[in-house]
Amino acid sequence: MGKGLETKTDTVKATRVAYGEVLLQLGKKRQDIVVLDADLSGSTNTGKFGKAFPERFFNIGISEQDMMGTAAGLSLAGKLPFASTFAIFATGRAWEQVRQTICYSNLNVKIVATHGGITVGEDGASHQSVEDLTLMRVLPNMTIIVPADAKETEKVIEVIADEYGPTYVRLGRAKVPVIMPEDYRFNIGKAYIFHIGKDANIISCGIMVEKALKASERLKNDGLDVGVINMSTIKPIDEETIMSATKTSRAIVTAEEHSIIGGLGSAVAEVLSEKYPIPVKRIGIKDCFGCSGDPEGLLKLYSLTVEDIISGIREVVRMKGNLW
Amino acid sequence: MKVALDIKDLEEKARLIRIDILKMLTLAGSGHTGGSLSAADIVTALYFYKMRYNPKDPSWRERDRFILSKGHAAPLLYAALSRAGFFDPELLKTLRKIGSPLQGHPSRQSLPGVEVSTGSLGQGLSVANGIALGLRLDGIDSRVYCLLGDGEIQEGQIWEASMTAAHYHLDNICAIVDNNGLQIDGPVKEVMRVDPLPQKWNAFGWHIIETDGHNMGEIVTALDEAETIKGKPTVIIAHTVKGKGVSFFEGRVEYHGIAPTQEELTRALKELGEVQHG
Repeated sequence: MGKGLETKTDTVKATRVAYGEVLLQLGKKRQDIVVLDADLSGSTNTGKFGKAFPERFFNIGISEQDMMGTAAGLSLAGKLPFASTFAIFATGRAWEQVRQTICYSNLNVKIVATHGGITVGEDGASHQSVEDLTLMRVLPNMTIIVPADAKETEKVIEVIADEYGPTYVRLGRAKVPVIMPEDYRFNIGKAYIFHIGKDANIISCGIMVEKALKASERLKNDGLDVGVINMSTIKPIDEETIMSATKTSRAIVTAEEHSIIGGLGSAVAEVLSEKYPIPVKRIGIKDCFGCSGDPEGLLKLYSLTVEDIISGIREVVRMKGNLW
Repeated sequence: MKVALDIKDLEEKARLIRIDILKMLTLAGSGHTGGSLSAADIVTALYFYKMRYNPKDPSWRERDRFILSKGHAAPLLYAALSRAGFFDPELLKTLRKIGSPLQGHPSRQSLPGVEVSTGSLGQGLSVANGIALGLRLDGIDSRVYCLLGDGEIQEGQIWEASMTAAHYHLDNICAIVDNNGLQIDGPVKEVMRVDPLPQKWNAFGWHIIETDGHNMGEIVTALDEAETIKGKPTVIIAHTVKGKGVSFFEGRVEYHGIAPTQEELTRALKELGEVQHG
């Protein structure tokens, strides 16, 4: 459990870069780790592992479906496979392979995808995945994690290497500030609470956690006590933390760099509509495709800024006032 | 555990497995008859001649692996596994029923001996490749057999996987195409031509063996030859007849996905030399 809302933004690093580094370290320690990629090992950063351990690195070429099946086979042979490509190809192109072969057989395959969200930038909608969390969330046996920064990525990869089961980790392309504390420990299914607020709470994941922290700080000046929760595990969702934040504030904003259909916002709304109905505002991509552009500009265009979170909070606080 | 049987014994085993298949499908009232019967001789040769395994220890690391990529031939796999001692043959009566470990298509989570869940076509060869890569990393000389349907290889993933097997020189892989010429909507050559099979697999870097998929002697020879090929994967193109063993099912596309009626079962068992009791 964290204290305070101080954001430490002096270090910036892409989560995919942290992935490449921690994978290399783990590869030194564990002989059972094997890595697969589909011709994107430079971008996903698995290439570092590949260079150090060529005999345990399998480039499957541009064939994501085959990559998922091969990863499944390696896990059946007792290996710990990490399969990486861009988020939309891992979860969209190979969805049925992930469903039938990996999840239905409950195999220990770690799918670590990079280039999640619109901050992929200039490549445009074809390469910007805003659907991956939805696609993975519907699959039984699947664990889903969205680290907020490089530090959390490192912890997440270390933890999932020791936990059995199909896992999807969503990483980003762009450099993002390191916001998690030095002594941070990641547990699957346990959210990190920066602070629980009395007036509203922001439940966020990925790059939106940092924006949530800024929104909370700005609203402090207006006398609003707004909490921030890093819900890095999307599945299984941390219902306990959702409930405790909700009972305190009775107003929730979710924030994710993903479609509001089926991702974090949906997961939180599902919990609350069944257990504790209160006003919920989902900040995210509103049922549309991305487009080309610089990442910051795209975040503005798709209403994923600190200001958008602030208006979301004002909205739920107002709704709460009308209801209670 | 390798049980050496001579050809006559293997033929008898295949006959019994066909009887199991027909009985369990009739009891289930649904399921895939044609493609289970067409591959019966191949799978019999694998489980009772070629493969090493231990039914008492289904996850024995040094076992040979069998991946039924054409998962709808589940009744054939179940009959072979039960006769190999993986589970009580009584379970065959529960095929496709609620709570049964014998799911309509094989489920790894439900039944020991099922290496991976299949049923959605085109996925098994990739899994076989992954297992083969893992075995090679560990220096284990086990082999991986993967049974494909001829209709199934219309799936693009099969050709992705065939590239992978050749690229990584997986000579511990043996794919077998059950080339029965029929798929749900009709003859394969009318629905979507896959010919010429030998040329295609050869172009993808595989060693090719063509065989009569109902001649036990030829099947055994083919499996032995496959094991001697080094540096590249081998595919056995087994020419088969859909519904093989029961004259009125043979070559009939409509028996791809339906079970025999009680009356058909009686006639079929008679043809297979089995006297029905009760």
